[in-house]
Amino acid sequence: MSAYSRTRRRATLTATAAACALAVTLAGCSGTTKSDAANETKEKAANATADPDAPLKKNLKIAFLPKQINNPYFTILDGSGIDTVKELGSTAKEVGSSDAKASSQVSYINTLVQQRQDAILIAANDPNSVCGSLKQALAQDIKVVTYDSDTAPECRDAFINQASSEEIGRSQIQNIAEQLGHKGEIAVLSATQNATNQNTWIEFMKDELKKPEYKDMKLVKVAYGDDDDQKSFQETQGLLKAYPNLKGIISPTTVGIAAASRYISGSSYKGKVVINGLGTPNQMREYVKDGTVEQFALWDPKKLGRLGAYVAAALASGQITGAEGEKFTAGDLGEYTIGKDGEIILGPPTVFDKNNIDDFDF
Amino acid sequence: MTAFAKYLRWDTVVGVLLVAVFLAGTGTTEGFADTANLSAALNDTAEIALIALPMTLLVVAGQVDLSVASMLGLSSALAGALWEAGWAFEMIVPLCLLVGALGGLLNGWLVTRVGLPSLAVTIGTLTLYRGLASVVLGDKAVADFPEAYSQWATYTETVPGTFIPYPVALFGVLAVITAVVLHCTAFGRSLYAIGAQEDAAWFAGIRVKRIKLVLFVLAGFVASFAGIVYTLRYGSARADNGIGLELVVIASVLLGGIDFDGGRGTLGGAIAGVLLIGLLGNLLTLNDVSNEIQVIVTGLLLVASVLTPRIVATVSERRQRRAATASA
Repeated sequence: MSAYSRTRRRATLTATAAACALAVTLAGCSGTTKSDAANETKEKAANATADPDAPLKKNLKIAFLPKQINNPYFTILDGSGIDTVKELGSTAKEVGSSDAKASSQVSYINTLVQQRQDAILIAANDPNSVCGSLKQALAQDIKVVTYDSDTAPECRDAFINQASSEEIGRSQIQNIAEQLGHKGEIAVLSATQNATNQNTWIEFMKDELKKPEYKDMKLVKVAYGDDDDQKSFQETQGLLKAYPNLKGIISPTTVGIAAASRYISGSSYKGKVVINGLGTPNQMREYVKDGTVEQFALWDPKKLGRLGAYVAAALASGQITGAEGEKFTAGDLGEYTIGKDGEIILGPPTVFDKNNIDDFDF
Repeated sequence: MTAFAKYLRWDTVVGVLLVAVFLAGTGTTEGFADTANLSAALNDTAEIALIALPMTLLVVAGQVDLSVASMLGLSSALAGALWEAGWAFEMIVPLCLLVGALGGLLNGWLVTRVGLPSLAVTIGTLTLYRGLASVVLGDKAVADFPEAYSQWATYTETVPGTFIPYPVALFGVLAVITAVVLHCTAFGRSLYAIGAQEDAAWFAGIRVKRIKLVLFVLAGFVASFAGIVYTLRYGSARADNGIGLELVVIASVLLGGIDFDGGRGTLGGAIAGVLLIGLLGNLLTLNDVSNEIQVIVTGLLLVASVLTPRIVATVSERRQRRAATASA
C-alpha cells in the first residue's frame, strides 16, 4: 500500500511539474489573441447572379427550423409557411427541439444538410452557435434564410425581419409611455438572454428612454423568462415583489406577455400595473376582454411565414441571391426589395386592442 | 445457465442495440452511413462522451457529480471573458482547466472531509458554478474565436485519412486510458470495492477518501475541458452553455449498465450508452421523428436499462433457489 501511494505521489508530482512547465512555455509564446482572430474574417462568396425572370421551381424541399417547436407563435408562422410552400408546388416540413437551445439547433441543421434540403429557414437561438453548421449548408448549395432572429450575415443568404428593429423597440416605449402618462418605473420581461431580436429591441427601448420626454420614466430591470411559461410567470411575480413602485411591464415576447398577463389578472396588481409588449391575439384575448391588458402589438406571423416561403423558393429558383437592391414578388404580399446585408422587412407591426382583436384569429 | 446469464449482461445488450441501430440506419436511411453524417453525429456527442469517462469512474465508486455541466458553462464563460479581455487563447485553456480542477477539489473536499453525500454537494455546486458563470460573463455571448481552433473542434476537419473529428479522436484516446485504469489496475479495482462496500474497502486498506477526492478533481478538470471544446465547437462562449447536460451524461452512463448504487458496470457499456443515445437521436432526426418521440424513446431505454438487470437477477435467483430445493 505504501509503495503504491509513493508511486502515486511521484506520479502526481510529475504531472504537476509537467502542467507547470506547459503553462510557462505557453506564457512565453505570444499566443493567439482576439486581435489576431479579427483579421481572419471571411467573405461570403458572391458567385451567383440573380435572374428575376426565372420561374419558381417546383418539388423543392424546404425545412423550417424554429427556435423551439410547440411554441404557439412558431406553430402559426411555420404552419402558414408550409402551406404556402405547398401552394407553390413544393414540399416543406417543420423540425426542431422543444427547448430553445442553440446547441439543439446545430444537430438539426446537420441532419437537414444530410437530407439534401433545397432551403433551410431558421430562427436562430444564438447568432454564432449555428453559424458553423449553416456554412456547411451554404457550401452544399443549400439556401439559408433566417427569420425572426438573425445570425451573422455570412452564415445565411437572407434575413426576413418581421419589422424594423428600431421601429419595434421605440414603439414599445412610446405605447407604454402614453398609457402611463410618461411617468413611473417600468421593467422588461424578455425571452432568453441571448435572443438576438429581443436584445436589439431592448437596446432601442433604452435609447428611446434617453429622450427628454421620458425623464420621469425609469427602466428598473430586464428580466428573462426564457420563453418558458412557468419561468415568465415567476419572473413577473418577482418583478412586482422587488419593485413595489413598478407601473408597467413590457414583454416583447408572446410567451412572456401571456404569462405576465395571467399572473396580473389573478393578482391585486390588476388595473394598477400596465402590461404591454408583443403577443398573439388568441393568447391575449381573454386578458384584453377582462381589462388586464389595454393594448399590445405584433406583426402577423402568418404573413411572416408566407414571406419566408416565397424568399426560400425565390432563392432556390435563382430569382434572387440575397444581394442588396434585388426585387421579387411574394404572391399576394406584393413586391419586396432586399435591403443591406440581405435584410427583407415584412412591414410595420399592428396594435391590437378591444376594438380590433376579434378581427384576428392566430 | 451460467453462460446464458453471462451474455445477458446489460452492457452487452446495449452493445448489441448499438450495432442494431447502426445496421438499421445504414439499411433504411439515406445519408445515415455517410461519413459526413457520422462525423457530425459523433461530434455532437463529444462533450457528453468526454464527461462520461470520469462520471463512469465516479458512479462505479458510488458517487455522482451533478455539477459537471455547470462547470462546463463556467469554463466557457471564463474563456469568453478572458478572450474578450485580449488574453491569448493558449493561456486561457490552462487557466480554465485549473479552475475546473479547483471546482472538482471543492466538490471532493465537501464530500470527503465534510462528509456530505455527493448528490447533495453537487446539487449545491451545480447552482454555484452556474451562478459564477453568470457573474463572469453576464448575459453576453462572446464569439470570433480563432478559426484554426474552431476548425479543430468542429466536424469539418477530421483526423487525416479518417472521418473521425478531433474531439472524438481525443475522446477515443482518453477512453482507452480510462478503460485500462478502470479494468486493469489496482486503482480501478479499488473503485469497484469502494462502490460495493465503502467500509469494507476502507478496512481492506484502500484510501477511500483520497481516491474519491481524485475522482472529483478529475471530473471537474474534464468538465472544464469539455467547456472549451463546447465553446469552440459552437463558436459561442456563454454562461448558459450546456444547461441540463449533466442529466444526459448520467443517463448515458446508466444506460450503459453502470449501477447507480456503485460497484458494477464496465466502461465499454458506458461508452456504448453514450453512442447509442447519440446515434439513435441522429437516426430518428434523419427520419423526421419529432423531438417529443425522441425524448420518449430515450426515456424508455433508460427505464429498461434500470429494470432489465433487476429482472434478470430476480429470475436467476429464483431458478437457483428452485435448483437448490430440487437437489435437497
